[in-house]
Amino acid sequence: MSDVVEKTLTALPSLLSLDSHPGSAKLSSTSKLGNLIRGITELTSKHEEEKLIQHELLAIKEQVSSPNTTMMKELMVRSIYCEMLGYEASFSYIHAIKLAQQGTVLEKRVGYLAVSLFLNESHELLLLLVNTVLKDLQSTNLIEVCMALTVVSQMFPKDMIPAILPLVEEKLNHPKEIIRRKAVLALYKFYLIAPNQVQHIHNKFRKALCDKDPGVMTASLHIYLQMIQENPEAYKDLTPSFVTILKQVVGGKLPMDFNYHTVPAPWLQIQLLRILSLLGKNDQSTSEVMYEVLDESLQRAEMNHNITYAILYECVKCIYTIHPKSDLLEKAAKCIGNFVLSPKINLKYLGLKALTYVVQQDPKLALQHQMTIIECLDHPDLIIKRETLELLFRITNGQNVTVIVEKMLEFLCISEDDHTTIDLVGKVAELAEKYPLKYNEWFIETMNTVFSLGGDMMQPDIPNSFLKLLSEGFDSVEEDRKLRLFAVNSYIPLLRGEPGKLPQRFLQVISWVLGEYSHLREDLEPAEVLSLLAKLLDMKNSSSETKSWVLMAMTKLCKGGADASVTQEVSETYSSSLDTVLRQRAHELQYLSQDPELRARVLPRGAKPETLEVDSSLSFLDRFVSEALAAGAAPYKPPHQRQEELDQSKALSLEPYGLSLPISMSSCSITDRQSPTLLSMSSGLSGDTLKLDGIKRVWGREGYLAQREPVEEAAQVEVPSPIQSPGRQGEGDSLHSQTPTQTPTPEPEQEKQQLASSLFVGLASQSSVSLMGKSEPMPQRFRRKAKGQGLGSSFIANEQISSSLISPPSAVDNLLCNNLLDSNNASELAEQTSQLSQSLTTANGTCHAEAELTESDTKGCNPALRRDNCVVAAGPGPHNDPGRLTEVCLDSYLPAELSGLSHSEIAPLCANQSLNLSACHVQKEDSLILVVFIMNSSESAIQQIRLVSITVGQYSLTVKRPAVHVEVVGTVSYQLPAGTSQSLQFSYKVPLTSFIRPFVVSTEEYGTMWLSFSHDTKQNLTLINDNQEPLTATLNALKKKLQLHVVEVIGMEGIVACRLLQDLPCLMHCRVNAGWLAVWLRSPVPDLPDCLIYHCQRALQSL
Amino acid sequence: MIKAILIFNNHGKPRLIRFYQYFHQAAQDTSYCKAEDMQQQIIRETFHLVSKRDDNVCNFLEGGSLIGGSDYKLIYRHYATLYFVFCVDSSESELGILDLIQVFVETLDKCFENVCELDLIFHMDKVHYILQEVVMGGMVLETNMNEIVAQVEVQNRMEKSEGGLSAAPARAVSAVKNMNLPEIPRNINIGDINIKVPSLSPF
Repeated sequence: MSDVVEKTLTALPSLLSLDSHPGSAKLSSTSKLGNLIRGITELTSKHEEEKLIQHELLAIKEQVSSPNTTMMKELMVRSIYCEMLGYEASFSYIHAIKLAQQGTVLEKRVGYLAVSLFLNESHELLLLLVNTVLKDLQSTNLIEVCMALTVVSQMFPKDMIPAILPLVEEKLNHPKEIIRRKAVLALYKFYLIAPNQVQHIHNKFRKALCDKDPGVMTASLHIYLQMIQENPEAYKDLTPSFVTILKQVVGGKLPMDFNYHTVPAPWLQIQLLRILSLLGKNDQSTSEVMYEVLDESLQRAEMNHNITYAILYECVKCIYTIHPKSDLLEKAAKCIGNFVLSPKINLKYLGLKALTYVVQQDPKLALQHQMTIIECLDHPDLIIKRETLELLFRITNGQNVTVIVEKMLEFLCISEDDHTTIDLVGKVAELAEKYPLKYNEWFIETMNTVFSLGGDMMQPDIPNSFLKLLSEGFDSVEEDRKLRLFAVNSYIPLLRGEPGKLPQRFLQVISWVLGEYSHLREDLEPAEVLSLLAKLLDMKNSSSETKSWVLMAMTKLCKGGADASVTQEVSETYSSSLDTVLRQRAHELQYLSQDPELRARVLPRGAKPETLEVDSSLSFLDRFVSEALAAGAAPYKPPHQRQEELDQSKALSLEPYGLSLPISMSSCSITDRQSPTLLSMSSGLSGDTLKLDGIKRVWGREGYLAQREPVEEAAQVEVPSPIQSPGRQGEGDSLHSQTPTQTPTPEPEQEKQQLASSLFVGLASQSSVSLMGKSEPMPQRFRRKAKGQGLGSSFIANEQISSSLISPPSAVDNLLCNNLLDSNNASELAEQTSQLSQSLTTANGTCHAEAELTESDTKGCNPALRRDNCVVAAGPGPHNDPGRLTEVCLDSYLPAELSGLSHSEIAPLCANQSLNLSACHVQKEDSLILVVFIMNSSESAIQQIRLVSITVGQYSLTVKRPAVHVEVVGTVSYQLPAGTSQSLQFSYKVPLTSFIRPFVVSTEEYGTMWLSFSHDTKQNLTLINDNQEPLTATLNALKKKLQLHVVEVIGMEGIVACRLLQDLPCLMHCRVNAGWLAVWLRSPVPDLPDCLIYHCQRALQSL
Repeated sequence: MIKAILIFNNHGKPRLIRFYQYFHQAAQDTSYCKAEDMQQQIIRETFHLVSKRDDNVCNFLEGGSLIGGSDYKLIYRHYATLYFVFCVDSSESELGILDLIQVFVETLDKCFENVCELDLIFHMDKVHYILQEVVMGGMVLETNMNEIVAQVEVQNRMEKSEGGLSAAPARAVSAVKNMNLPEIPRNINIGDINIKVPSLSPF
């Protein structure tokens, strides 16, 4: 980089001395912009700047609105400049749009730029741009097309996408590579903001992936990365293609143009490695495909440039993500070592990141680098420090938790960044709760620090779970008592000191604990506690929430008698409070303090927490709701829907609706004695960094039992332990070679080692266990979820005919290979170009066909195939004329039990010289049967007889996630007499309608279901106007076409129900409205309403 | 995805801002506050975070509270008087982006022949056009410097042919007017150019 800076430095004098350097002309000082900038730099205060800019804006405003101004471009740049500095130039927005619309190409460019900088995708004015974009997309001027695509990918109103989608799609076939590439990215953008709208062009993405230009292919990887992230199962078949691409890139098959610092297309490699790691996750067979190329990547990436480290890092992550292979893991571990030990700080950072990532699989690795980690703990860079803490957090166990928590608290004290504080406080609290061990005092003290440092920023579930711990207690009554007593003991001095400095949350915790447990301390008079609490009420900065906690605590404490005066005074003060919650609390206090018997009943001391059954569906309100509905009340609509309707009707959106919605949880939480702990709200923050699902509550009633053993061990560790733990000695030799600094031990070094031994204690014993399987309770939380595993296997095993995996669309691979090679050759041998390009087009042709064949059109399509029975019908039998095999004769092969049912047309699937596949589907009441006819059409050369045998396979299909069409992909593998095995792929598309069955419900059942379903969609459909009544006619047509069940028709409204096979219901509410049929669909499944409405539309159109 | 690209100088003066995601005001803060103000806040916060870091620390920063959450990362490079900051989510490779910044800067250098802060100020629009060829809608479009330069030049050629005759005299005039240029650099705060060391030694 230094050369660029050097150039800058050398350029400066030339600017200063104003020679005839070509670069100097670029400072057009005549321009108004130049004047403006110069003006600004001369200013000394922010205020002056503001004045100058306002003046400038006025000037621009004046000029911009004068007709036929010739310096629009300049004016726009000036407004952009003002906006960049944070001054609003909203008057110029409309002019920017006008410029993009009407200007010359150059003016257009400025106009588009200004628009894309000024507006956001929800800005109203953006609608005015749609027409311009439409026009420019159709322009013959490539630059205009490029500009339009660029602005479209920057921001485009979601609702208007259908208007330009066909045009952008068309650009995928544009001869110019740059246009195709931009079109792909624009489509990706559409996919991000409105995935449903681009569902139908997924096969075009495949085409982009096999584009002859590597640039277009690279662009399409953005889309694939995203789609695979969302649903890896659907793209497993592409794995070999990605592997082949990576292999070619790594092997240097790309033109030299793609090299960056002699590394072939590094960004492309990174992208591919990410995709591969997603595909190979939890999937052994897919992972096996990529081992070789990963190995090659590791080897090829020589450590010589920044960018190769980037590739290495991705490689390492990929290796640790996919199904493990030992020799790759070894190499990856070495790589991580190199990163961590690197003097380059960026690499160290990434090394730590990688360590954090892999440490749950391979704790040995952290052990190897313990001295480096210790050094990083003291690193001047806070980011490195934080990353190290993150790593330590992952290796925490019962024995090192105190040291690690101490380090974290140290960091908390110096951290200024809110985000870091919140994150770290959460982690400390989690650790403290997970390993309370026998150090009651340590636990309480740590939590006290957490509460005072974390303040009111921390997630609300921390105090909640802390209180829950205290109240639920453990198996030993004595332990519980000690813990609670200690808490009380530590809070009293805090309240006696300066409680005004404590955060609100902490005060709430303190008052709850004192209210519950202060009686445990015998020398403490309730009156004293009451007066301490009363002091909190008088503090200026106490929030009303805190006050109600305090009042609640006082209610628990008051006994009448001596302390009656305090409570009396307090309850009087607050019984006239404006805050209703406080007022209620005050009244409670008043009554309960006067009636000890009632108090003992309402608030029994030392009661065990009872589990509350919360009816989250609020079903007890059902009757009320149905009565209200019967009385003519409007049905409840969720806020988002209301908002949408408001937007649609272009009505004013009134803010207060949204505001009044969140009900203060705090106010309800105190009504019940135990509820502050039970109503723990999950916070969004902790979910981001930690995978919390499936964690056993270690500190719950059962969890504590399970942990007893480590607790015992830990007690011994408190004694200053020998520097080397036994497990570490077991590590022995390899360690010494890794850290040679160990042998000579100067003073500070020894300190560090001591720290190391306390930090890494317990890790060593773990590491003796095999790499993958560990029994420590800690890693549970990090263990990868086996989710999707079952689904995946059933998907792969979808064709029991073949025991092999679905093999890749090989033509795609070959094509890619050809393309890449060809373009390489083309650059070398110009003469052959024409010939080559010819071959390319043909290659493209086959590719197209292939893409069509393998298209899986919907991302959510996960047909899980369940095999019912296979190979049912006819064995081999001679047949005379296989060439004219008609459907009629295939019909006869239909299994007898299905022949009575209606089946779809038997469609040929695919064929090669020896096999002929056809299929149809049969709708049964509870399932959809896919029948595959496999026909042998091979000629046996020896016998000179054409043998035709037909085998029929029968599979029952179910749908897990609805999609417009469901595609079944399968492979038939078979052995030729010669012994060579071959396979044939097929895919079969079934519309969702085949899965739809009528759903017979009563109107009442319909009503309750309607309220409980959360996913909905609305659309207007055309009505059928024949001589019948239009609503009935339309509903009957739908019923006939889609097998819906019409529940009831009342006047102009009708309710209809259906379901996918035996589950997944979908309800439909139709109303005739201004010549349209307003349809409102609801279902518990996300995509079902959308898919169904699509089929309804199609059904009505086809009439 | 790249969420935002910010370029500002050592004093926090923005030189180029490009947001690929619209950052709303936090929900609780419903007082009338424009997105632009949000953007200014982000710039200020980012500058605050980045400027207090030494040149010998790593180039990655996590989780500014405004630009949001643990999924976001700031990746920056410091060149002489300018900070180039990319705000990205977890789908981007850290080192990859670091080199992308390098590519961008080298491309600027090619297009402007020895780029310096002044070029970015006076030719903000051109810098935007170059950036558009590198990153499109938050996605990396092109990383090959020659290709980027070629694309930009195609557009520039168009400019020349359009600018035609009228452009020539303007340039001549500007050359004369440049006489008073020596004042500019002093006013534009690039005085400490010699003190700041480039943040990255070549790898």
